Amino acid sequence: MEQPARVPLTSIYRVFFEIGLFSFGGGLVPWIYRDVVEMRKWMTKEDFLPGIALSQVMPGVSSTNCAIYVGQMLRGAPGALTALLAMLTAPFICALVAAWAYKWLLGLPGFQETMIGVAAAAIGMLLRTGIESARMTTKGLAPMIIIAGTFVAVGVLRLPIVPVVAIVGPISVALAWRKSAPPSKPEASNPDSSNPEAGA
Amino acid sequence: MNIEILIRIFVIVAPLSLVSFGGASSIYAPLQHQTVDIQHWVTAREFLDLFAISRVMPGPGSLFATLIGWQAAGLSGAIMASIAIYLPSSLLVFGVGHVWSRYRGRRWHTALQDGLAPLGAGLLFAGVVTLARLASDGILPIAIIVAVAGLMMWRPKLHPVYFLVGGAAVCFLAYLIGR
Repeated sequence: MEQPARVPLTSIYRVFFEIGLFSFGGGLVPWIYRDVVEMRKWMTKEDFLPGIALSQVMPGVSSTNCAIYVGQMLRGAPGALTALLAMLTAPFICALVAAWAYKWLLGLPGFQETMIGVAAAAIGMLLRTGIESARMTTKGLAPMIIIAGTFVAVGVLRLPIVPVVAIVGPISVALAWRKSAPPSKPEASNPDSSNPEAGA
Repeated sequence: MNIEILIRIFVIVAPLSLVSFGGASSIYAPLQHQTVDIQHWVTAREFLDLFAISRVMPGPGSLFATLIGWQAAGLSGAIMASIAIYLPSSLLVFGVGHVWSRYRGRRWHTALQDGLAPLGAGLLFAGVVTLARLASDGILPIAIIVAVAGLMMWRPKLHPVYFLVGGAAVCFLAYLIGR
């Protein structure tokens, strides 16, 4: 990685602290892009884009994953740690205040009755996210079976999630690999990336 | 400070960090099972309350773990749960970051993305059912869940806060009427 100038850790902290402070309801990765690539020009678009896919594929929250990626590209391990901590500072303090306030809130008349409405709305939002992502998932029978199988294993049979993911994950990725035939992928223009044997 | 419970928080939450595809939304089912049914750190009702609070707080939904940690062991529990939910997945991102950016646009990026998406969706549905089961005392919460999901698909541009406030308002009114 060639950097035009070393970005100070304090600047990294300030930028990601602000993003964390105003974070509500997600959609932060585009914000990070705007701040880091367009406004400050700390990174090129070409260097940033792989980070979007990485932060979505990896477990964890995509926005904090993206912050780690940017921090790492800018300043290595100290940069990654700084970006992560900066991103979490304000939300963590909010969480502490909320956790502390919870037992007082319980004393308010109607608090729990009202919170069940908030929870139900949030569950509805999750349900919609699930339906949307199931729709966007590559068409075909295999992904549908993966979705249904994972749901039944973890949600109905209550099997431990780690072994389920360890078994279903590789199968699902292998199926997706087989399906992504090299010639149909325009990005894979580099001849090294097409492996005819594995695709057959 | 009880060291044993802090260790237990880490041992239970850290593995979930590594399977939290798409953030907290994929681990609600195992979190509920572990913290309510097995460890009894929170009651079913508290779990649902804290879930709701975690969705109206600024910041990632993963800080739900922080709230559970607080209920289990106070401030040190909150800190330990936060470390446990962030450290493993963050180390993974950090470890993979350079390799990933060097081999960009390759076929395995797509395969990983396409392969993990249905897995994440299945886990998310497991979480939805787990949470809905906790919320379903009466028809009203179920009606809200379905209505919000339907409305958001019909009007995707509406800000989520309207739905959270709307759900709260409906249930508060029902409470006032039923009192």
